[in-house]
Amino acid sequence: MTKKRTARRRSGKDPARDKHFARIFSEFRGEEGDLIPILQKTQERFGFIPREAVRRIARFLKISENQIYGVASFYSQFRFTAPGRNSIKVCLGTACHVRGGQILCDAVERELDLKPGGTTEDRRYDLERVACLGCCALAPVVQVNADIHSRMTVIRLKETLDKYE
Amino acid sequence: MSDFEKKRKQAQKRWDSLQASKVPVIYIGTASCGTAAGAMEVLQSVDETLKKNRLKAKIVQVGCIGPCYLEPLMDVAVPGQPRISYANMNQHKAKRVIESYLVKGDPFLQFAVGHFGDEGWQSGNGIPRFFDLPMLKPQVRMVLRNCGIIDPEEIDHYIATQGYEGIMNALKKGPEAVIAEIKDAGLRGRGGAGFPAYKKWEICRAAPGETKYMICNADEGDPGAFMNRSLIEGDPHAVLEGLLIAAYAIGASHGYIYIRAEYPLAIARLKKAISQMREYGFLGENIQNSAFDFDITIKEGAGAFVCGEETALIGSIEGKRGMPKSRPPFPAVSGLYGMPTIINNVETLGTLPNILRNGASWFKQYGTQGNHGTKTFSLVGKIRRSGLIEVPLGMTLRKIIFDIGGGSNKPFKAVQTGGPSGGCLSEEFLDTPIDYESLAAAGSIMGSGGLIVMDEDTGVVDVARYFLDFTQKESCGKCSPCRVGSRHMVEILERITKGEGQPDDLPKLETLGETVRRGSLCGLGQTAPNPVLTTLRYFRPEYLLHVKEKHCPATVCNELIEYRVIPDKCTGCQRCVNVCPTGAITGPRAEPHNLDPSKCIKCRACYEICRFDAIAGDAIIIRSRRRTADEQAE
Repeated sequence: MTKKRTARRRSGKDPARDKHFARIFSEFRGEEGDLIPILQKTQERFGFIPREAVRRIARFLKISENQIYGVASFYSQFRFTAPGRNSIKVCLGTACHVRGGQILCDAVERELDLKPGGTTEDRRYDLERVACLGCCALAPVVQVNADIHSRMTVIRLKETLDKYE
Repeated sequence: MSDFEKKRKQAQKRWDSLQASKVPVIYIGTASCGTAAGAMEVLQSVDETLKKNRLKAKIVQVGCIGPCYLEPLMDVAVPGQPRISYANMNQHKAKRVIESYLVKGDPFLQFAVGHFGDEGWQSGNGIPRFFDLPMLKPQVRMVLRNCGIIDPEEIDHYIATQGYEGIMNALKKGPEAVIAEIKDAGLRGRGGAGFPAYKKWEICRAAPGETKYMICNADEGDPGAFMNRSLIEGDPHAVLEGLLIAAYAIGASHGYIYIRAEYPLAIARLKKAISQMREYGFLGENIQNSAFDFDITIKEGAGAFVCGEETALIGSIEGKRGMPKSRPPFPAVSGLYGMPTIINNVETLGTLPNILRNGASWFKQYGTQGNHGTKTFSLVGKIRRSGLIEVPLGMTLRKIIFDIGGGSNKPFKAVQTGGPSGGCLSEEFLDTPIDYESLAAAGSIMGSGGLIVMDEDTGVVDVARYFLDFTQKESCGKCSPCRVGSRHMVEILERITKGEGQPDDLPKLETLGETVRRGSLCGLGQTAPNPVLTTLRYFRPEYLLHVKEKHCPATVCNELIEYRVIPDKCTGCQRCVNVCPTGAITGPRAEPHNLDPSKCIKCRACYEICRFDAIAGDAIIIRSRRRTADEQAE
């Protein structure tokens, strides 16, 4: 990224981004109740909530940036750092827990040298623990991107993850 | 003829033509759980097989019929024969069934589990009726009646199975009569607390205010519970019809469905169903010429368990942090944006059309006095037949776990009812009827309906720590007993599972638990200590073993166990050597291997590979570190 572009991003005047935000905001009337849906759309678009987005949302909804961070950090869905190319979610719901979900989570952490909430250095994977994916009868499950891998074992885990570039 | 009559005739015609289809119909369960088990691969394989053989057939994607252990399920109905259900399909099996049945005319019953024909259907070669399977026979399917049967994306299928008759009856009766009917039926909220549904409605209806809101709570956050998701995915119109009935009864003009963002398929199905409703005149202004105006907005939750609580949920819709408020005022008087608001659970709403269609006395034939009707449960954990079930209230836990669920492979130990806020009940409670009062008397709750079965390999101390750790992380932080107290409880439990428990830890846990229960504002805090308090009550010896003898009988607490190679069983195949990430296992081929406990990180890889290997098999065991006197002498 060139210096000029960085500067432009910092000032929040990147024309390409203007378009994205205009599109996101066009669906809303600018009421306080729109905050969470706007954050969800923002994350859908960028994969996370960039600082710039918070500034722009604050201006659009006429509320403080503080308030936005307060709400966004309350909900586990929102992240403030860029995700990896592949998102790994290890289910630690009850059914998965009693069938060894934690052992799987430990295995991912060890295999990829990654902590929950983090992203690998090459941005290939990020890891999250989730409370329940609702596939309890197939426990334990690991979700990578949109694919749910059921009845997972430590052994199968490595080959499964290798499939995602 | 009214508009609805016309639509119904049309729908009936479409449904009948599917039932008496001239070409074979293939039904595939593609709800989230089926998809996770591989239903999409099955679907693709069926599609390819049909094309390859130039066969004409209809493929219908249906919701979840309940027995998740049989997923992916595929039903085939050829003209003139009943629908036959094939279980545990994969692409190869599906191809074989289709080729055999549709090309050669042999139904390939090796993979079949049941049929949907009459009892007298003989050519089934001994396969039972699907609904006579041991898992399904004791069930009463009222709320789930359409799940897995109809195409959830077709409003006509729903209407042809008596859908929207409930709201039509309601519109004829008038709002007061609807409330009276629900009062007579004795319907209690299915979200967990079991508060009589009509009471809230009456208060809200009587509350002053021009704008009122009706909210459907689909924020199913309990880990281990998926009843609401399955219902919405399998029969979205049932929930939406219920929402319409409730809104009409209380006089609401706008409705919200607050649903977890983790349920993308359910959200998509709802959106589709809502647009169909609008097309059929069930949403918008002057619904079915009744001067009743109503519209629905879907709000996606953003991942906060506490938002299942009414006041927190309202806060979240308003775009704030989802933190509970003190009551009164109750939402029925002052809720969303300060207006009278009713929040009902998905299942409560799914029950309503049944009551309005068939009447209160029909509804009351199920269940027991004071606990009428049915309840859906997700039966999971260490159980043979896991899945989604619906039973009349008052059925015993024994019947649910052993007759429907088939028990666990290893001896039964406990069952957790009510999710993380519920209690862990031991064997002596198996004959407890499942109703709101009996479960409360045992120290647990009905909750939204997760039933997690545990066998002797499940450690109750570990499970109690797990549940509390979950609720502690989800605590919104408003009340200090919940925020700080539950944190301390988790720390004590962690200490115990690490073998560092102190003798006074157990009484400390009980005192703290009581404080958290009494000093918290909302249901989350009030029920958070339940798993710990019930396990302390019913499984105290197991806690004492952890504290006094540093022994975990279920061999789950990592610090208290060790992995060992049994030299007599080990064939020296070296497979465990290859998978060990730390090089803890060594040894030449064909000789018993050596496991160095100081290097072992207990990752389970060797145990798994050994256990599933036909040649070696079970040569690596996990056992408690506690030595018996004999072993110590050795």
